[in-house]
Amino acid sequence: MMHRYMPMTEADRVEMLNVIGISSVDELFADIPESVRFTRDLAIKEAKSESALLKELSRLAAKNADSKQYASFLGAGVYDHYKPIIVDHVISRSEFYTAYTPYQPEISQGELQAIFEFQTMICELTGMDLANSSMYDGGTALAEAGTLAAGHTKRKKLLVSETVHPESRDVVRAYADGQQIEVITIPQKHGVTDVEELKKLLADDTAAVLVQYPNFFGQVEELQEIGELAHDNGALFVVSSNPLALGILTPPGELGADITVGDAQPFGIPEQFGGPHCGYFAVTKKLMRKVPGRLVGETTDDQGRRGYVLTLQAREQHIRRDKATSNICSNQALNALAASVAMTALGKNGARDIAYQNYAKTHYAKQAFEKAGYTVLGGNAHFNEIVVDCKRSVKELNKHLLEQGIIGGYDLSLTYAGMENHALFAVTEQRTKEEIDALVQEMEAVHA
Amino acid sequence: MHNENQPLIFEISKPGRIGYSLTDLDVPEVDLSALLPETLIRKQDAALPEVSELDIMRHYTALSNRNHGVDTGFYPLGSCTMKYNPKINEAVARIPGFANIHPLQDESTVQGAMEVAYDLQEHLCEITGMDEVTLQPAAGAHGEWTALMMIRAFHESNGDTGRTKVLVPDSAHGTNPASATVAGFDTITVNSDENGLVDIEDLKAKVGDDTAALMLTNPNTLGLFEEHIMEMAKIVHGAGGKLYYDGANLNAVMSKARPGDMGFDAVHLNLHKTFTGPHGGGGPGSGPVGVKKELAAFLPKPVLEKNDGVYTFNYDVPQSIGRVKPFYGNFGIYLRAYTYIRSMGPDGLKAVTENAVLNANYMMRRLEPFFDLPYPQHCKHEFVLSGRRQKKLGVRTLDMAKRLLDFGFHPPTVYFPLNVEEGMMIEPTETESKETLDSFIDAMIQIAKEVEENPEIVQEAPHTTVINRLDETKAARKPVLRYTPATEEELVKA
Repeated sequence: MMHRYMPMTEADRVEMLNVIGISSVDELFADIPESVRFTRDLAIKEAKSESALLKELSRLAAKNADSKQYASFLGAGVYDHYKPIIVDHVISRSEFYTAYTPYQPEISQGELQAIFEFQTMICELTGMDLANSSMYDGGTALAEAGTLAAGHTKRKKLLVSETVHPESRDVVRAYADGQQIEVITIPQKHGVTDVEELKKLLADDTAAVLVQYPNFFGQVEELQEIGELAHDNGALFVVSSNPLALGILTPPGELGADITVGDAQPFGIPEQFGGPHCGYFAVTKKLMRKVPGRLVGETTDDQGRRGYVLTLQAREQHIRRDKATSNICSNQALNALAASVAMTALGKNGARDIAYQNYAKTHYAKQAFEKAGYTVLGGNAHFNEIVVDCKRSVKELNKHLLEQGIIGGYDLSLTYAGMENHALFAVTEQRTKEEIDALVQEMEAVHA
Repeated sequence: MHNENQPLIFEISKPGRIGYSLTDLDVPEVDLSALLPETLIRKQDAALPEVSELDIMRHYTALSNRNHGVDTGFYPLGSCTMKYNPKINEAVARIPGFANIHPLQDESTVQGAMEVAYDLQEHLCEITGMDEVTLQPAAGAHGEWTALMMIRAFHESNGDTGRTKVLVPDSAHGTNPASATVAGFDTITVNSDENGLVDIEDLKAKVGDDTAALMLTNPNTLGLFEEHIMEMAKIVHGAGGKLYYDGANLNAVMSKARPGDMGFDAVHLNLHKTFTGPHGGGGPGSGPVGVKKELAAFLPKPVLEKNDGVYTFNYDVPQSIGRVKPFYGNFGIYLRAYTYIRSMGPDGLKAVTENAVLNANYMMRRLEPFFDLPYPQHCKHEFVLSGRRQKKLGVRTLDMAKRLLDFGFHPPTVYFPLNVEEGMMIEPTETESKETLDSFIDAMIQIAKEVEENPEIVQEAPHTTVINRLDETKAARKPVLRYTPATEEELVKA
């Protein structure tokens, strides 16, 4: 058969069979034992033409409510932010997206340099010494930070704050299970990690303390104290951080973090139903050789010209096999590129301005909710999310909001006991004052 | 490619330039210093670049010109299946109803996305011959680990806690043993025999009541079909172990043989390879896992189900290994794979495999007179040459790989698998024309002649790239992993 993705003609086939010295392609499959040979046709849908398929899939897409049609107040780890249009133009250059891991540096300098720049930007935002070329996502990056800490300290207990994203905590637990590492939850109090409880839980078998900054409830944790407690007990301090918030917040690297991880999705990467996003992984110098995944380093050629290569590969699975620091092989290079372009477009001033706008809009929403008589968890140390007691089922409320063109907040009763009627609202710079006012008004309307 | 050095974006930066456009704030200004504790307020702005939009576009265009992709030229990187990445995939992934939906929206508002995911699961079940598929793993290695965790949970649920070992052939991808370690197993290496296949006697000697699983790539990384697969399955199952299929090489057997019919209990697929992901410069990938019924109870959460025409995520999976990734896997990538499968249909996928295998055998036979071919039988989608003959003349496989760059080709995978000396693993894929294969073959033959007549030109290659071979020892000895103005000065001095 001829297909637009396959150039082989009948004449080509005949010539090639002749060179091989066989009369039919079937002979090339003769080594597959008859007992396992698949002889019928695959029972899958018949091929569709380009236009017909595009039409069908567009129809399916239209069944979904997207954040271009609705005002979305849903965050909880995935955010609707300003995506500079240039981002998609850059990542659509197929020299980038049709390449693979840059094993041949002489013809991959573009990708390698782009990753080197990504590593630098992550260091700048987080205040860490070095960053890798990216991880699958923030959740698995946090899990790998946990297993790194256990390996590094030779201890088998991780203390994870209850204010860390529940799905990330689940992933940490799944990874830890494989290596017989125990995961203990540090309870929260008033929406932040309960430091008194942490003190009780810390022991000389604690490998690491894992917190989120800003945390799942949108609150900005006091990292310094937690970090000191961890270090006093010989444990590593791991911080999962929304990098966009670091435009205005003190970088974790200045507050004692040994490992800072997170997801760069807020920088130019679409929500796309939860993935692919872009985990990042940054550490202090002393952990350099423990980092999972690819690292790009600078060097020179024999003419003294500057160039970039994958480096410190002795950590990795293709060299070290069962002794590797991680099994990770692919990364999220294309999304790291997208994030780099977005970080570059925002630049020094934009990174601060966009973070500031997120704070200001969320603060406005907080005051609007309070003015309307709702209780908002915590004080002013929030970033772009707040927890509101909606005084009724969030599920019901969201149904009403959807009819008004609003995607409501995350229903906290799904993951936190005792948080019935509580919703987590994200207010990014994309939300207008009118939309925020409409949200509060519609909540009132439901009550009326 | 241009030969001048492209400055780092930080070196183009000039204070005050901007490349963004934010809407003016429409709510009251706030005084952060009055609202946030002093310790939490950033004192110094992150030193991100300050450049205009055109600066950005020129910079990344220049970088793209210094990068080789499938769209640039032939990319026969063995085991990576560097096939053409269809453009309709990119168009579909950018439809707002797919690109801009949030994973935590009410299920009723994302039924279209869930339908795609569910239908893809059904397609992958049929293609692999498995009973259930999860789309959650983000990549092949992640899929390997996910499936091993399920196998572990299966054994433990039977009170069978002594199965601490995973058998891995010496020709396996490096991720196999690494994933076994991350899943808490010890790896036992099984040797290959003189035909490049798993040594059945060695397997028999190493399998036992401590075997959790055998991980196998079929066809293996030499491009050879493991003919004794049913016997191997019998041996491993007989000892109470499970059989794991590394799907990196699925392009070789689609609609010819299915892992599920070969006795495999679990399989991962690399959607960015076989199903045109794309590769993205290293990712994102997507590594769904398929399993037989026996293992289905241990699938990661949530499990996507269809009830009365409505798609739902089921979180009530008591024996699940838990959550392996936030949300539901790399939707944007498996959406592309789904688009590809629907563009090909059953006849198309069959032709993919037939053409890929025919291309590989054609290249192998034409190159056979010029290079050592350790395993001379028909191959599947890829084959491995040895540079032994050239090494005796003082030219290494690495040199020949670098010389290929001068002809505009991406080299094959080199020095892998580990059981071939000076190996070159070549995978042409089905999307390349005979003319392209011929020009690559001609280049390889010319290089073989150069090795005999003028080895320096090969040893000193490449000659036409933007940069010569880089000093990797220097990079590793004194790692410079980020830009700082100071290190640039040091580098020049060094």
